[in-house]
Amino acid sequence: MASSEYAVEMQDVVKQFVTPEGGILAAVNHVTMQIKENEFFSLLGPSGCGKTTSLRMIAGFELPTDGKILIHGKEMSQVPAFQRPVNTVFQQYALFPHMTVEQNIGFGLEMKGVSRAERIRRVGEALEMVRLPGMELRRPKQLSGGQQQRIALARALVNKPEVLLLDEPLGALDLKLRKEMQLELKTLQREVGITFIYVTHDQEEALTMSDRIAVMSKGVALQVDAPEAIYERPATKFVADFIGETNFLDGVVKGQNGTTVEIDLVGTGSVFVESSRKFTNGQQVTVAVRPEKLRLNNPVNEDNNLKGHVEEVIYIGTDTHYGVRFTGGHKARIREQNVTVAQKSLAKTGDEVTMSFTHTSPRILTE
Amino acid sequence: MLKFFRGKSNWQLFGLLSPGALWILIFFNLPILIVMFISFVERGRAGGIQIPPVYTLENYSQLFNACVSEFAGPECDPFLYIGIFGNSVRIALIVTFWCIILGYPLSYFISKQKPVWRDALMILVIIPFWTNFLVRTYALKQVLAAEGLLNSFLMGIGIIGQPLDLLFNEFAVVVGLIYGYLPFAVLPMYASIEKFDYSLMEAASDLGAPPQRAFWRVMLPMTLPGIFAALVLVFVPVVGAFITPDIMGGGKVEMIGTLINRQFGVARNWPFGSSMSLILMLLVLIGVIFYFRSSTEETRRAM
Repeated sequence: MASSEYAVEMQDVVKQFVTPEGGILAAVNHVTMQIKENEFFSLLGPSGCGKTTSLRMIAGFELPTDGKILIHGKEMSQVPAFQRPVNTVFQQYALFPHMTVEQNIGFGLEMKGVSRAERIRRVGEALEMVRLPGMELRRPKQLSGGQQQRIALARALVNKPEVLLLDEPLGALDLKLRKEMQLELKTLQREVGITFIYVTHDQEEALTMSDRIAVMSKGVALQVDAPEAIYERPATKFVADFIGETNFLDGVVKGQNGTTVEIDLVGTGSVFVESSRKFTNGQQVTVAVRPEKLRLNNPVNEDNNLKGHVEEVIYIGTDTHYGVRFTGGHKARIREQNVTVAQKSLAKTGDEVTMSFTHTSPRILTE
Repeated sequence: MLKFFRGKSNWQLFGLLSPGALWILIFFNLPILIVMFISFVERGRAGGIQIPPVYTLENYSQLFNACVSEFAGPECDPFLYIGIFGNSVRIALIVTFWCIILGYPLSYFISKQKPVWRDALMILVIIPFWTNFLVRTYALKQVLAAEGLLNSFLMGIGIIGQPLDLLFNEFAVVVGLIYGYLPFAVLPMYASIEKFDYSLMEAASDLGAPPQRAFWRVMLPMTLPGIFAALVLVFVPVVGAFITPDIMGGGKVEMIGTLINRQFGVARNWPFGSSMSLILMLLVLIGVIFYFRSSTEETRRAM
């Protein structure tokens, strides 16, 4: 089956729509990405970023305006959905209301001409797999949202697709059930050994489940990487901001000594940040650093120490968040874990404080 | 509506409902009772009924055996009226069939347009209702006549040398009835199709169903309530139609409606006209009961 090392490849794919006003909108704008065999791959981004359009092009519901889509090395760009070796779990499940659960799950097998006896056997297996045995004769309307979700999953997986596409399948479930299903989906994916492509706007969900994530914005894939790489080494301000919380400190490059870059946060002071990239003096950059990587009044001398005063203190139980403003107008949020009871109030509003961080913690972003 | 009535006392309810109830009682139920009465008495010599009334079942037996009538000639066909009933049902079935076959794609097409066009096209479907039915039927007659629009056009472009006999036959009646009742088929089917969730078609396609199979397995069953409603809404009035067969058939196509109409007109046989009216009502009632039995609450809402 695997005539290519990749399950799915998108090569310079463009999808344009004509807007109601007669303009042209590029929902997907020159996207290239490779999705590996047996990978749990997430397309992550805010609504309108092109993630769902990308998924629909892989499914075959939309045909690309330009570029190629390959599934296991085979060109699929113009192949209709019903001839593609992929199956989809739809956002609103799209179960057939006039059919029983058994007919729903057996639909794909029936289309392939699988005999009735074989169908009944495999539908039973699929129901076992999603832990809903004995539901064959129910109608979709008689099931809860979570159950419908599992039936939709069974209906897709029973066909043993080369790739399973999931379009925000947990979006309609309540938080607790969603958390459960996240783990279950991840386990299921490992068990069945099928490539999953998962569309979501929930960064936490993507981080929890994925082997790799493509962060999309405005029709472009900004970064395709493993979850920790996306979080620790975001490629752009958008990625850093969309995934988790980030402080952005604008500054100018003052000098570079090997992998250590000196950046002048104008008015606030200079900081030293490690980077393997080359910068030119005077270049406008942004120092991006996560709140949990900043320390407040840390007695241990770190690489960078900036003086400022506390503007707000927010106690949230596990952590306390401190909003600090610096002389140059820069602002940062510091997250201190409340390891001891005494720690929960390191400073109060109006206090002069020192914020410190090591030179390996931040990222230098240019776009 | 129900909310409006909630919390009102019985007397208030009685006051609110009685005008409508009285109206139905006097102008609907009472005439039917009169018709029922007339169907069981002998006809008068000069029309109307015999006074004082003479009770009989002959008006009903005549329907099943035309020769029991005192006016039947020696070569009478006992199944004359049963034949006309059968003919009406046959024509109504043909008309219903074509209304659904033509109306379904039309409803689908309209439902697929942008909202502005959708409304405009639905108004075009409804516009004929604003014109008198008789006027529309006469207009259609002009199209199909020997020197009418269609024949003139076909002769003009040289496809035919002689005008075709398009009028005063069953074809003309069927065309006229389809023309008249197509909107009754389009409206419920449009309501059904417009509500249809096309992501189900994507799901079917995703599961390997080519467009045609997806239609037969998913879209058609899901829009069946609209088709059923169209069936009832077209069949019921068409089986008893009399204006269209009269005008388009030119007296050559006999249907129940024209037959009943004649009993109250030239034939002056009120009792026989009454018995046939009641039998027709019974037939339609059985059909509608059957429809309601076979459909669920949900499917009826499409009507």
